[in-house]
Amino acid sequence: MKTDIILAGVGGQGILSIAAVIGMAAMNSRLHVKQSEVHGMSQRGGAVQSHLRLSDKDIHSDLIPAGACDLILSVEPMESLRYLPFLDESGWLITNSKPFINIPSYPDLEMLYSEINSVSNSILLDADDIAKEIGSRKVSNIVMLGAASSFLHVDFNALEDSVRHIFGRKGDELVKMNIDALIAGKNAAAKVLK
Amino acid sequence: MNKLVLLGDEAIAKGALDGGISGVYAYPGTPSTEITEYIQQSPEALENGIHSEWSANEKTAMEAALGMSYAGKRSMVCMKHVGLNVAADAFINAAITGINGGLVVAVADDPSMHSSQNEQDSRFYGKFSMIPVLEPSNQQECYDFAHSAFELSEKYKLPVMLRVTTRLAHSRSVVKLKQKEPQKELSIPEDPTQFILLPAFARKRYKGLLSMQEQLENDAEISGFNRFIDNNDHSKGVIACGIAYNYYLEVSDHFQLKYPVLKISHYPVPGSMIKKLADQTDELIIFEEGYPLLEESIKGGLPSKYSIKGRLDGTVPRDGELNPQIVAKAMNLQYGDGPKVPDIVANRPPALCKGCSHIDMYNALNEALQPYGPGRVFSDIGCYTLGALPPYNAINSCVDMGASVTMAKGASDAGLKPSVAVIGDSTFTHSGMTGLLDAIVESTPVTVIISDNSTTGMTGGQKSHATDRLYNICKGLGVEEDHIIEINPLKKYHEKNTGIISKELLYEGVSVIISKRECIQTASRKKKASTGN
Repeated sequence: MKTDIILAGVGGQGILSIAAVIGMAAMNSRLHVKQSEVHGMSQRGGAVQSHLRLSDKDIHSDLIPAGACDLILSVEPMESLRYLPFLDESGWLITNSKPFINIPSYPDLEMLYSEINSVSNSILLDADDIAKEIGSRKVSNIVMLGAASSFLHVDFNALEDSVRHIFGRKGDELVKMNIDALIAGKNAAAKVLK
Repeated sequence: MNKLVLLGDEAIAKGALDGGISGVYAYPGTPSTEITEYIQQSPEALENGIHSEWSANEKTAMEAALGMSYAGKRSMVCMKHVGLNVAADAFINAAITGINGGLVVAVADDPSMHSSQNEQDSRFYGKFSMIPVLEPSNQQECYDFAHSAFELSEKYKLPVMLRVTTRLAHSRSVVKLKQKEPQKELSIPEDPTQFILLPAFARKRYKGLLSMQEQLENDAEISGFNRFIDNNDHSKGVIACGIAYNYYLEVSDHFQLKYPVLKISHYPVPGSMIKKLADQTDELIIFEEGYPLLEESIKGGLPSKYSIKGRLDGTVPRDGELNPQIVAKAMNLQYGDGPKVPDIVANRPPALCKGCSHIDMYNALNEALQPYGPGRVFSDIGCYTLGALPPYNAINSCVDMGASVTMAKGASDAGLKPSVAVIGDSTFTHSGMTGLLDAIVESTPVTVIISDNSTTGMTGGQKSHATDRLYNICKGLGVEEDHIIEINPLKKYHEKNTGIISKELLYEGVSVIISKRECIQTASRKKKASTGN
């Protein structure tokens, strides 16, 4: 078993938190994990990505080879398309539809959504809306993680456990909100797939 | 606890802690910053009184680490590749003095220039100074090599370089821990002249360094860090250095390749191992992350009958970091590409944060410079370098730490008036102060704007040595008090600030404008910490 994931977004949107939750859950499920991150200049509002590799065998490269990625999980719609050459034919693209617009040349949203929908396996959902209903837009990244949860080959309970562990020191309220976000994301994706 | 999930950088830090260091010295720089940060945040380091405060720059860090080694304790100094240029004087001479307590120089290179102005390969510095260089291929080796590098350093009485590149520095994996070494006792060097590089002593020490080279190479052959892995298809022999070994394993697993491989992680270049592989195979192909150091040295050392492929003959691109696709292509193999990136996907370069104090400073400066036309602003290394991009288009240079002040001086000497330097607070105390002194001594007409956000911003908000010291530093160096002016870069003061800058641009001497407002990232983090949200 191997799951190669590219996490995509804009610096500051919380993709490293997603990586941390999946990484811990995978580790506790006795999988090998490698996760590359972007630090430094690009974190200042630029495009950022993280390559996250899970496997029951040794993982060599820190970077996923082109065309071999099982899942692109993006917290921003345009960023989800930037890494398409990495996607395997049978891979999934799962992205938040809420744009983060900090450049003048941001493309037309309808065209963007139509490009995303033209990818054969794709899920597009408004994680910010779902997060707002739960209580804070800040958990939209965990909503997206929930939406991707059935594609990770990691047990959902293990994801919940690692959310509890990682957000634990920030208090029960925040833990609950993130667990709610995880579940709401999972349900939202299931609805889209029906 | 015998396993941890660590970044390559953090694994180096943990390896050094478990290897018995008494101190780490560094100036922040991507991709090396997290080494020192790990030690700063480590409870065991705090408990054991291990030094971890930032240094003013890489040279002061290197020298302090050498001083700790002089006193018999194990020390580590960390920097990014271009930081080694700053530390080079101390670094090269530390190979001549040698060490007392083990000394490790951890350098993180940035091929593809993710966050740097060049992609120089620090292994050349290792070769230049004639010391051993270790190049881990994965996080476990980052830990293991850092752990054993101190012993190696003490064995040869030489500093040892530990070289990583961005991908390994910033990639996380599980690391198994070894036994913890105790810190060393205080002891001064046995030879009282060891650290005195008077020519007469230095000549002797240099001969000693030269005489060790054969042993260093022999040891690299047998250390176990370099490995020969034989296989049955001898039509090609693969040499892979550091992280390139991982990329090769990825490719060879996927395409089921059966070539013999020489993994290189310990320099000087192990000549006999290479000769052995070359003699058994029809063609050598070399993968190294960085410059073609190995390739050049092999081409120089082997007769032309050997076929050698790598970065020099174009089999591997001459620049940029490696990845599995590049390695596969060099082996005449191809990964299947996924869909193309749609044309509507726009570039999203990094940008100054909303509300950043540099923005208001640049808006005022741009307006004040309007009457003079473009091409007069020399800038420096930091977040404010992003002022080069639209909509600001505010700066005309970014070369190396501190160059803003001195380039503005040189341009002013040439007759460019007004001539402006824009430098950050931390960069100013790193390398701007000495250049300012040059300008003060000659009363050169320059306007120096220190954009003071009270932190080292680009690397994530580390403590700045400049905080609350800038006025007194400038005054102490000799800037006239009337021409050290503090402004508050806020939109509501735009006109006032523009007026102040306009006036100082006309001054026929050195003026310093300290544009001071805290980085919004560190400010919001502090606010969060204090309110508990």
